[in-house]
Amino acid sequence: MSAVPIMHGLLLASALFLLGLLGVLVRRNVIFMLMSVEIMLNAAGLAFVLAGARWGQPDGQVMFIFILVMAAAEVSVGLALVLRLYHQFKSLDSESARSLRG
Amino acid sequence: MYAWLWTIPALPLAGFLALALAGGRLSRRAGAAIGCGAAGLAAAIAIAIGIEFLASPPPGGAFAQQLWSWWQVGALRPGITLYLDPLSLVFTLVVTVVGFLIHIYSIGYMRGDEAYNRFFAYLNLFVGAMLMLVLGSNLVLLYLGWEGVGLCSYLLIGFWYRDPANGAAARKAFVVTRIGDTAMAIGLFLLFWQLGTLELPALLERAAGTWPVGSGLATATALLLLGGAVGKSAQLPLQTWLPDAMAGPTPVSALIHAATMVTAGVYLIARTHVIFSLAPFALWMVGIVGAVTLLLAGCSALVQTDIKRVLAYSTISQIGYMFLALGVGAWSAAVMHFMTHAFFKALLFMGAGAVILALHHEQEIGRMGGLWRRLPVTFWTFVIGGASLAALPLVTSGFYSKDWILWEAWLAGGAHRWLWAAGLAGAFLTALYTGRLVFLVFFGPERTAVSRPPGTAMRLPLVVLAALATVGGFVEIPATLGRLPLFSRFLAGTFGGGAHEQAYDAAHGAVHAAATGAAHATAHGHTAEALLQLLAVLVTLAGLGLAYWIFLRRRELSTRLATSGLGKGLSRFWLAGWGFDALYDALIVRPFVALARLNRADLFDQISRGLAGLARLAHGGLAATQTGRLALYAMGIVLGAIVAIAWMVWG
Repeated sequence: MSAVPIMHGLLLASALFLLGLLGVLVRRNVIFMLMSVEIMLNAAGLAFVLAGARWGQPDGQVMFIFILVMAAAEVSVGLALVLRLYHQFKSLDSESARSLRG
Repeated sequence: MYAWLWTIPALPLAGFLALALAGGRLSRRAGAAIGCGAAGLAAAIAIAIGIEFLASPPPGGAFAQQLWSWWQVGALRPGITLYLDPLSLVFTLVVTVVGFLIHIYSIGYMRGDEAYNRFFAYLNLFVGAMLMLVLGSNLVLLYLGWEGVGLCSYLLIGFWYRDPANGAAARKAFVVTRIGDTAMAIGLFLLFWQLGTLELPALLERAAGTWPVGSGLATATALLLLGGAVGKSAQLPLQTWLPDAMAGPTPVSALIHAATMVTAGVYLIARTHVIFSLAPFALWMVGIVGAVTLLLAGCSALVQTDIKRVLAYSTISQIGYMFLALGVGAWSAAVMHFMTHAFFKALLFMGAGAVILALHHEQEIGRMGGLWRRLPVTFWTFVIGGASLAALPLVTSGFYSKDWILWEAWLAGGAHRWLWAAGLAGAFLTALYTGRLVFLVFFGPERTAVSRPPGTAMRLPLVVLAALATVGGFVEIPATLGRLPLFSRFLAGTFGGGAHEQAYDAAHGAVHAAATGAAHATAHGHTAEALLQLLAVLVTLAGLGLAYWIFLRRRELSTRLATSGLGKGLSRFWLAGWGFDALYDALIVRPFVALARLNRADLFDQISRGLAGLARLAHGGLAATQTGRLALYAMGIVLGAIVAIAWMVWG
């Protein structure tokens, strides 16, 4: 277990998270938004793994598996929603679903 | 039998519950059976108890039945306790018997009405509440019944609620009587504060023991109680609601607004007569109110064109007689007039109802006439009732009670002689307007065709009441006609053979020896009484004769009288009930409404309105954020997360 300094790892995770977040905020194609969310989830998972390695605890890896499962569920629901969206509006643009407002 | 006392008010109340809960599902026949059955059973039990009361009076002359304790606040522990003494027995008998007859009559009168069962439910509730009023052994229970009958009056005046005018009349009756009720409530508070009890026998005993005659507190409470009585009994200055109350169905007018509820004020004063005896000023006011009211209402009755309004003003006037009697301390005479009035006025109202139905809901007496041939039963019973109202001598009950009142007023002497004079003038007016009513409705040319003669259910109560209105007076025959003081002797159990009864006997030189006393009347007392009676009889006959002359023989005379300058103004003024409605409208109603309008945006309204405005504003702001743009929502989540994290890290 040679040391990747935890700071480097955390910086990587933050960069990934920010990239994902930026993707969610600026992309209009819902497929890409879903992918960006996946990136954010993986960034969070990386942070957990790093923390587990730093303190030599299994909890980080447990949490990562948990996030993986959750991401799988999220993608299945998300893709189903994307399919319905496409059927409804014949487009993948999130702006096309604006009729759903108060 | 006394143990059955509780069933008298309980039966009509049970009937009300049954009709109110299941009335919509019951057939009309079943509804009528329950309503009449409950009232009839109560009447039968009341009669049985009355007979037992006469045969073997309970020890002490009164019977109290404690059912349960009602509630308890400090020293105030009113019980649901029924109290039967001669006074409450007389009222109970009249309420149940007349009430039962009017229930029977309603079967015929309300036939075809869609809310048939609701009507009987209200009637039963009324009878139950009225019985609570007269049988309650404490003033709290009396007040419960008092408000109960007020509620029923409201419900029944507005029975045909689809017409907004009926609703307005009902509200007017409710609000105007509430003014009196407020005064009465304050009187009750004052009594409890000063005497520490509201149980009637104890209260009266303590009042007599605590307050000297003419003390300020006694006068104040007596005047406050008088306020309540004036409101309920439609006396000056709160009389304006009763003529409008005629908007209700006619059986209601007969039961509530003639026979029973409006005489509750008489009952209240008779019940608390000890307090009034301690306050000569208040008693004097009672007499004044009665005398003025009977004259004003008599004049108004003279010019009304609606048959029910004639009777309404006549009722106000006759209750004025009762107040006059109370005012001179002639308690028994007042109660006697209550009884005879209940008989003949209920009879007159029901006769009027029969006429109204027969003429297809025609109430204007100007469009009636010649009905004596078409409606013989109604005619004869109406004439008997009218004769009793006009106090036709010897054969009518009204003669005995009215004559007794006049004689007592004369005996009271001093300034009370003015009350006697007012009563005498009132007798003339009574005879005049009664004659006018009978002659215009039943004689002369026929003006409207009879479409629906009354059925058996309506004729039977008329005949029974006609009999009662005739013989009801024979329970008290004055000394000049053989002296048979059954009624006053019976009521002595409540009024204790008071000063005035003694004065009555003293005036005859009689020895008052409760049950067996043989009257040794002096010739002097007889002569004075006979002369006064003769005067009253002459006045009555003169009134009837004048009515015959100007309303039947020379009809054009009355028309000319009514169209002449003075006559026109006067009759219009009297038709409007001496302008009291307009006066109150200008003096109280309109300023009050204006004030309410002015106060429409007061502080509390501003608070609630401000809250509503805030909520609406917040709603608008939040709704604006819901744009449907996914990116904005995500931005919101991010910003929220940043704030939350920042707060956790540095907060």
